[in-house]
Formats: sequence, C-alpha cells, structure tokens
Amino acid sequence: MQLGFLVDLHLCMGCKGCEIACKVENEVPLSTWRLRVKYVDVGTFPETKRTFTPLRCNHCTNAPCERICPVSALHYLDNGIVNIDKERCIGCAGCVMACPYGAIYIDPQTNTADKCTYCAHRIASSMMPACVVACPVEANIFGDVDDAASNISKYIQRNQSNIQVRKAERGTNPMHWYVNGGQVALNPLASERPEGHHLFGKMTSKMPIGGH
Amino acid sequence: MAAHEMLAATNAVVSLDVGLPGIVWPWLVTVNMWAKSIGTGVIFMLFLLLRTHPESGKNLRFMTAATAFIFINIFLLFTLADLHQPFRMWHIFFHPHWTSAITWGSFMASAFLGLLTLLVFLGYTKKDETFDKVLLWTAILAIPVTLYTAALMAQCTARELWQMPAESAQMILAALLAGSAAMILLGGSKLTYEAKKSLGVVLGLSALMAFIIYMAEYVFGPQKAEEVAATLEYIKGDGAYTVMFWIGQWMTYLLPMLLIVLSRASKSENILKLAAILALVGLFIVKHVWLMIPQLLPMS
Repeated sequence: MQLGFLVDLHLCMGCKGCEIACKVENEVPLSTWRLRVKYVDVGTFPETKRTFTPLRCNHCTNAPCERICPVSALHYLDNGIVNIDKERCIGCAGCVMACPYGAIYIDPQTNTADKCTYCAHRIASSMMPACVVACPVEANIFGDVDDAASNISKYIQRNQSNIQVRKAERGTNPMHWYVNGGQVALNPLASERPEGHHLFGKMTSKMPIGGH
Repeated sequence: MAAHEMLAATNAVVSLDVGLPGIVWPWLVTVNMWAKSIGTGVIFMLFLLLRTHPESGKNLRFMTAATAFIFINIFLLFTLADLHQPFRMWHIFFHPHWTSAITWGSFMASAFLGLLTLLVFLGYTKKDETFDKVLLWTAILAIPVTLYTAALMAQCTARELWQMPAESAQMILAALLAGSAAMILLGGSKLTYEAKKSLGVVLGLSALMAFIIYMAEYVFGPQKAEEVAATLEYIKGDGAYTVMFWIGQWMTYLLPMLLIVLSRASKSENILKLAAILALVGLFIVKHVWLMIPQLLPMS
C-alpha cells in the first residue's frame, strides 16, 4: 500500500476549509501550519486571475527529511506515510532544512518538528484525513496509489496530460499530485511575495536561544 | 490601486498566505562551524609543524591540544544550544539513524573530543612520544570531523547553495585557514620566524583557494540552478547580505593575502598577526552569510 494525495486545482475555490479542519483536528498551534492554502494573483486589472494552492507534506518515497533525521523521529509507516514521533525528536531542525517543500515547522509548544501526517491517526481508524472530509467540492482526492482501482489512481490516469508534482527535479518522488497546477501555483520562485499579504505573519512565541 | 492590479500580465504575486518561518538555523550554527574550523585546524597545523619545524612544534603540544579541546567544546556547546530539545541529545547515541550526517558527525566529534582529552593529558604530563602517536590518529580523524558539516549541509536538499560540489573543499580550506591563523597568534615567541613564515604560506594559500572558489561559484560562474541563482541575489547589487558578503571576502581572504606578502617583504611579525586576526574574524562573517542566505528563500 502506498497512500497518496491529489488536489484538483480546477475545483479548489480557496475556502480554506481544509486548512481549518487540519488545525482543529491536529491542534496545530497559532502561527504554524500543517496545511495552508496559498493565493496567487496573476495578470493586470481587470484581466486578473487568482489561483488557490493547498500546500502540505508530500510524503515523498525518497524523503530527505527521513534521511537527515538523526534519531528516526521521522519514519515511514507501512502505508507509505512519513510520520513523526514527537517524543523522539531532538529539535535539530535538520528536517526543516532538508524539506524542499517547506512543509516542516518547529512546533512552538513542544519544541519539536511537526508536519502533515495525512492524519495517520484517522487512517488507522479507517477514516479519511480531516482536510478531505472538510472540502466542500471534493478537490482533495486521497487513497492508495498502488491500487489501480482506487479513486486517486483513476484520477491520475484520467488527467495524465495535466498532472504535476512539486519540484520533481529534486528526486524526492512526492506522493502528492496536482491537477492543473501551473508554474505560478507550484513554483514559489514564479511569484513575488510582497509584504502585508500574510496571515498571522507577526505572531511570535517565546523563542529559545538564538531566536529561531 | 492595490498591488495586484498594477501587475504586468506575465507577473504574479502572492496575495494571501501564511507568514513563512524566518531563519531556522541562526548564528549559533555559525559559531558551531567557526569553532570547529579552529578546533580541527590547529591539530592539522601542529601535525605539520612537528614534521617541518620540530623545534617550534615541540613547544606547542600542550597549548595546541588545549586550544583544540576548548574550541571543540565550544562547537559542541553551541550545537547543543541550537537544539530545540537539548536534553534529548542522548537520543542520537541510543536511537542512531545512520543515513544522517548528523549521527555520523555526533559520533565522530565525540571520539575526536575523547582523543583531544587524551592529548591534553599527554601534553600536560609531557609524554611526547605517546602524544605524537595519538596526534597522528587525531589529525586523521580531524579530516572527517571537518568534512561532515559539508555532508550534513548537502543533505539539506531544500537549500541548493549548500550542495555546491566545492563545499567539502571549502570546509577543509576553512580549517587550514583558521588553524594557521590561530597558530600564528598562539605560537608567540615559541615559534621561529621560519615556522611563522610556513604558517603564513598555509594561511595565504588557503585564503587564495577559498576566494577563487567563492568567486568562481558565486560571482562569475554562469551555470546555476534557479534556486541557487535566486539565493545569490541576496549577495548581489543591493541584496540584503551584499555588504556583509564583501566585508567577509576582504577580511578573510584578500586583506590577509596582501598582509602576508607585506609581512614577508618587511619581515614584520605584527603584520602577520594582523592578517591572522582578520582571517579569524572574517571567517565568521563568511560562514554566517553562507548560512543565512539560503534560508531567506521561500520554499513553497
């Protein structure tokens, strides 16, 4: 079994329901995010277009975060999920530096690394991840990519000509696909990031030595 | 007009997102790399001196071992301080994950510290013959201890600048530069003028090689991946780290090279000491810029 995720960006309308569901389900502290939806505007008024891109851990099968973790706090589950053991983590932040997708953060409450686990605890109870349940337009497709009959496998097959992963050149083999994900949606260097467009950008928590 | 209304058709702006994390590996990691360069570098230099200038080297056994011991402890202390859960450091030794350069580095640095402790004892008790035998193995171990940081940074696949092929060479050159500079300052009257000249040559050549690599890779090298090119924008033009980058290059490499030539021409030991001080201070700045700029780039 190899669990994977697919987001159909044709359908996503940027409601952030997945983001909030994830926050509530996993008790993600303020100023940190396991899943977020990024808005990018393209064009010149009035010919403008807005894209919405949910961003989460890609659960790569060649995960650099798993490789760099010195204590195996980041580890693979049998279903392919890259899980994290917060009791084992020493907070070296090597995984934060290794993840090409910026999907790992240091939890300010536990001082350990944290990230999306595809809601591994829900999967273990035969439930769907919280973000999948919350999505009102079924833009999040989740399932076993080793099973050709699964919904996600069929979706991938149907959209072969318009399916992308983020930063494929890194060789991480991400298990997270996007349908209709263009450069602007998937490449962080393809858009500018002006000041003043960030949610909770000024949130601070008690910092350890070095202020990181 | 809102910012996004003024965009050209081909441009794009992030109009709503969360605040991205800033610097995750701060100056503590700079101190880590800087102290390790000195701690391993002085061992290389003592090994060199005992073979090329034994009359000078024999007086520096204890002092060099003690210096290396102190700086490797600084390196370990700042490594520990950088952890968000420092009291779990022992997990590395009881739950080691051998694909990680951090794990290998922890074991090697611990063994290195053990050998340094032994050297301090042997130097203090003046057991020179045994000291020199242990020094050989300590110098050999100092090579991977210096290099493992390059391997660790190469595992940080998100930050492409840290994966440049010459980073291993830069780590060794930093150790040679820091080691020779520290020995010039430490040696004082115990070093003959000829020994100081030799250390000056090591310092000057290390500076020259490191400078050439930095210029070739960062300034003149045209072949760059998209993210490396974007990262290097922080040290070009009016980039956030341009001034600091060039201060580092001048202090660590260019000025020491010039001062070494001057010191040889005028036979001035003070000028050589000034070159050593500049190189040591500058190395911190160079390493800090190298550590910071890849962390400024948004990953998603």
